Amino acid sequence: MIQFDAVHKRFPNGTTAVHDLSLEMPEGGVTVLVGSSGCGKTTTLRMINRMIEPTSGTIRVNGEDVTRQDAAELRRSIGYVIQQAGLFPHRTVLDNIATVPLLLGWNRKKARARAAELLETVGLAADAGKRYPHQLSGGQQQRVGVARALAADPPVLLMDEPFGAVDPVVRTQLQDELLRLQKELNKTIVFVTHDVDEAVRLGDRIAIFRTGGHLVQCAPPAELLARPADDFVADFLGAERGLKLLSLRTLAGVPQGPAPEGGAWSLVLDAGRRPLHWASKSTDAELPVRALKDTDSLLSALDESIASPTGLVARVDAEGVLTGVSSRDDIHVHAGQAHTEARAVAA
Amino acid sequence: MTVDWSWIGDHTDDLTSLTLSHLQAAMTAVFLGLVISLPLAVLAHRVRPLRGFLLGLSNVLFTIPSIAIFVLLLPVSGLTRTTTVIGLTVYTLVVLLRNTVEGLDSVPAKTKEAAKAMGTRPLRTLLTVEFPLALPVIFAGVRIATVMSISLVSVATYIGDGGLGQLFTDGFQRDFPTPVIVGVVLTILLAVVADALLVALQYVLTPWRRRRA
Repeated sequence: MIQFDAVHKRFPNGTTAVHDLSLEMPEGGVTVLVGSSGCGKTTTLRMINRMIEPTSGTIRVNGEDVTRQDAAELRRSIGYVIQQAGLFPHRTVLDNIATVPLLLGWNRKKARARAAELLETVGLAADAGKRYPHQLSGGQQQRVGVARALAADPPVLLMDEPFGAVDPVVRTQLQDELLRLQKELNKTIVFVTHDVDEAVRLGDRIAIFRTGGHLVQCAPPAELLARPADDFVADFLGAERGLKLLSLRTLAGVPQGPAPEGGAWSLVLDAGRRPLHWASKSTDAELPVRALKDTDSLLSALDESIASPTGLVARVDAEGVLTGVSSRDDIHVHAGQAHTEARAVAA
Repeated sequence: MTVDWSWIGDHTDDLTSLTLSHLQAAMTAVFLGLVISLPLAVLAHRVRPLRGFLLGLSNVLFTIPSIAIFVLLLPVSGLTRTTTVIGLTVYTLVVLLRNTVEGLDSVPAKTKEAAKAMGTRPLRTLLTVEFPLALPVIFAGVRIATVMSISLVSVATYIGDGGLGQLFTDGFQRDFPTPVIVGVVLTILLAVVADALLVALQYVLTPWRRRRA
């Protein structure tokens, strides 16, 4: 657990980057710090591993005041992922990942073996290890950055806009990978971003900062979306925050019935009963179907119910085999319930 | 001007020892120049106010005519190899210092920051991150300093040293062109070979710069 207690940071030029911050970042959870640029979110992150020293107040990592520890040793015990990876251009991928183990005095063989293991953990091929960073794509470099941060198995991981420099498709992949990794590793993660959608996707808790280094609200995403503390938070979350809330809920509880036989459109299945497309009965028109699993979000269900010619959403199991269809009305009712529940939790 | 080939054949031993002596003077100067420049460059890189002073000083030293340097050193170190080497070293400083400072400047701030954030201490960062990344620029300086030193050694003929330069005075005094031509050719050859070896050494030392994507 990371605790900020009345932390204040004033830079020598007189600007206050962080104003009287008291905040707890729970163990094994992802705390996302969001806000526009200059709001103090990155300063807050960097004070945890003493890349920036607080002007006053205390920061404790697992109960220990960070300023009482040797700065270099503290940093080795905390994983750090930087924007655009910040890899060492003159070291191979394997040696980049092995950086902290080598600093901790592991022998080279053991450090490289650990690095090779992590290469696989972050989804890179083994032969990437012998390459240099400039020979990798931006997304691959970012994976190496994550592997490097995990190398010495630190309990705490600091991530400073780690996926800011990659394209949206790769970004989503990296977010998925991080969520998958976090399920296994259960690190205490502090994640800085200015992207609300990224915050909602990744955060167990989201801390919203306002210019001048003021923490405005810190809450789980659903609570934040349902009950923003003030207009600033509401504006920051954006006009579609009702839809964003639906992205946090799955389709699991929505009732489903058999696919309709009559009507203008019918759902065409392949031999394995997997949905192929919607086919019109009167013309030979075909429209695509995006079948959803129980784990897909209510937001994608809503989206599909609008796009589907029948207003019906095809539901499939993990193997892609049709289990039934859900109606637009049922999805709407559940979307409404999601909001009611989030408001009730927040209250 | 014709070359007296038999003279060359008769003097191979002399030519070999003059070439080696020439090379030794130049390499010692570059080596000492590096030993002096590296710490000074780190200082100039880290302490901003010192930077202008140190680079300015090396520029001023460079403007002293080479013969004047040797004459000025005579009371200190006499007609010796030491005088030659000190004089040459002074000239290497201007390129070595400037290039090392620029090399250190060229290391991306992000990379240094990453090293710090991983828990690397400043000295280790300097040795394992900053110097390696500055190598290409430092090497450019070493190559210039080496070629420059090889060509300057001859000037030390005036104080009785000068390696292959002795062939020039010998040829002029006797109005016999062969030693002069041989001296020029060997000096150029030495410079070209030394430069090629440095290029090869840099290739070996900076594997991450090969096959740039």
